[in-house]
Amino acid sequence: MRVKLTVQKFDPEQDVKPHNRDYFVEAGRETTVLAALMKIKAEIDGTLTFRASCRAAICGSCPMQINGSQKLACRTSIFEELEHHQKISVGPMANMPVIKDMVVQMDPFWEKIRAVTPYVISSDDGERPIPTEALKTIQTDLENADACIMCGACLSACNSFEASDQFLGPAALAKAIRFQVDPRDEQHDTRLNALQESNGIWDCVRCVSCVQVCPKDVQPMEQIVRLRRRSIEKGLTDSVGARHITKFVKIVGEEGRLNEARLPIMMTWGSLKKMLRIIPLGIKMLLHGKAPITPHKVPDVHEIQAIFKRKQESKR
Amino acid sequence: MKYAYYPGCAAKGAAPELHQATMKVVQKLGIEIKELMAFNCCGAGVITEADPDLAYTLNARTLATAEKDHLDIMTVCGTCQGVLGGINKKLQGDDALRARINVALKESTGLEYHGTVEVKHLQWILVKDFGIDALKTFISHPLTDLSIAPFYGCYILRPSSTSRFDDWENPVSLEKLIQAIGAHPVPYDGRTKCCGFPVFLEKEKIALSMVGERIGEAKEKGGDAMVTPCPLCHMSLDIYQERAEKNRQREKGFTEKLDMPILHLPQLLGLAMGFTPDELGMKRHLSPTGSFIDKIESQN
Repeated sequence: MRVKLTVQKFDPEQDVKPHNRDYFVEAGRETTVLAALMKIKAEIDGTLTFRASCRAAICGSCPMQINGSQKLACRTSIFEELEHHQKISVGPMANMPVIKDMVVQMDPFWEKIRAVTPYVISSDDGERPIPTEALKTIQTDLENADACIMCGACLSACNSFEASDQFLGPAALAKAIRFQVDPRDEQHDTRLNALQESNGIWDCVRCVSCVQVCPKDVQPMEQIVRLRRRSIEKGLTDSVGARHITKFVKIVGEEGRLNEARLPIMMTWGSLKKMLRIIPLGIKMLLHGKAPITPHKVPDVHEIQAIFKRKQESKR
Repeated sequence: MKYAYYPGCAAKGAAPELHQATMKVVQKLGIEIKELMAFNCCGAGVITEADPDLAYTLNARTLATAEKDHLDIMTVCGTCQGVLGGINKKLQGDDALRARINVALKESTGLEYHGTVEVKHLQWILVKDFGIDALKTFISHPLTDLSIAPFYGCYILRPSSTSRFDDWENPVSLEKLIQAIGAHPVPYDGRTKCCGFPVFLEKEKIALSMVGERIGEAKEKGGDAMVTPCPLCHMSLDIYQERAEKNRQREKGFTEKLDMPILHLPQLLGLAMGFTPDELGMKRHLSPTGSFIDKIESQN
C-alpha cells in the first residue's frame, strides 16, 4: 500500500522555521515508521536526518514525535498509526532543541542523569565479597526501573519539564530509585535528601505522560511516587509536597472526605509567605460560595475511620 | 438506565455548581441515579502515594456499596474516574489483590467487593450508554457558531492501561459532545495536558505557567470557552486564571487578557438544553462568563 508521511524538516543553517514535507512510500503490514524513513532517505530525499541504530527497541536512538506523541520509530507500525490517526505525521521530540530534522540536542537529558550521581557510591575497594543474598532482592525491588534505554521520550513528554526545564524529570528520577534499593550503595539518605530540593521529586505533577510514552514500561512516574513514599517513611515530611500527602491522609482519615478549606491551611502552616498567597483566593472562593468552611457531614463516617484505624494498627 | 452516583469531594465541596448542573442534566435526560450518600474520598491518587492498600480499601468500599444495589457507578470528576475506575480495574483483574483488600474491608465495614461494578464518567455514559443521537433530541438551544475548546485533563485518559474508554493520544468523546450541541470543537495540543492543579501549593509558578499555556493556546485557536470533565482542572483554570494571566504578561510579555469562561461538562450541555446560567451555578465561577453568556443569549 502506498502511504503518505508528513515529515517536519528543519535545518537551522538554512531554514528560518520548520516546515512539513509529504513523502509517499510503499508500506506493508510489517513496515515500521523507521523502515519508511530509511526508504525515504535512500530513495527520495538524502537530506532527511534522523538517529537510528539497532532497529529493535534496544539502543534508544530513534524516539520522535509520531502523530503527536513520543515513540520509538523502530517499534511503531505504519498500519497501526494509520488505524488510530488516519494519518502519519513525524517530527522531532518536543521540548528539546532541534539540531536537524528529527535529531535533537540530548545534552539537557544527560545533564539530569548526571545530576543524580548514577553510579554506586561505596567505600568498598572491590576486595570484599559481593553480598549475593542482598543483591538477589535488587531485581525485584527495582520494579523494572533498570529497563530504561535512555531514549529521552519521557522527558520530552513530561508536562512539568515543559513548564520548568530545571525539573530533574522522569528518567533521572527513575534512575535514582536504582541506588535507593542497591545494598552496596552507602549514600541512600544523602541521595534522598537531595531529591527533596526544588526541581526534585515534588515537582512532578503526576500527569502520567511518561508512563504512557516509555517504550520499556519503566513507569517513571510510579518510581517517583516510590521515592516520595520512601521519603515520608524516612521522616522527610517537612516539604509542602510531603505535607500534601500526610495532611490529605489525615483529613480523609478523620472526616471521610477531603476538606478543601483545611488542606491548604495544613499544608502551608508555618510559612507566612505561602499562607498570604492562599488567603486572598480563599476569600474570593468564599464570596462565590466555593469555600466549604464546614466539614463534609458523611453518614457512616465510622466505617471510613475504621479502615484507617485498622491500617494504622497493622503497621505497628 | 440507572447508576449509583459518586459525586466526589469537589462537587460536594469547592465546586458545588458541578453537582447542581449534573442534577439538572440527568433529570432532563431521564437518567436515573441513586446518590451514594455515605461515599468516601477516592484519595485523588494522593492516598495511593502514601499507601496503595489503604487507597484500594477505601475505593473497594465505594464499589461494594454500589454492588449491593447491582448498579454501575457514575462519576462526574475526571480524577475520581481515573482513581476509582483504575483501582476497580486492578481489583477486577487480580483475584489475590481483591482477596487481600476484602479482608481489610470486611473487618472494618462488613462489606465485600466481588468485582462486578463498572465505573463510568458522565462523559462516557452520554457518548456510549445514552448515545449522541438521543442526546441531540434534548438540545433546544444549540450553541451554533460558538467554538468550545475541550480540556480532558490527565486521569480520564491516562494511564490507558486502566482507562480504556477514549484513545489517550487522540480522544474524541468531548469533541462529539461539543458537536452534539451544535458548537465547533477547537483543535489544540494542550487539551490532553496537565492543568497544574496537583502542584499549586508546592510550585505555584509551574502551575500558573501551565494554566496560562492551556488557556492561551485555546484562546489563540479561537475558543470562546473551555469545557472540562474534571472539577480539579476547573478549579485550576477558573480560580487561578487571573494570576496566570498576570504571570503570562510578566514572564512572556503577553498583553491581552485571558478572559476565558471555564465550564463543567454538564454546564455546557445544560446551556444547550435551555437551562439558565443561574440554574447551572455559573455565578460561582471566579473567571468572567458574562461575554460568553451574552453570545449565547444573542443566538436564542
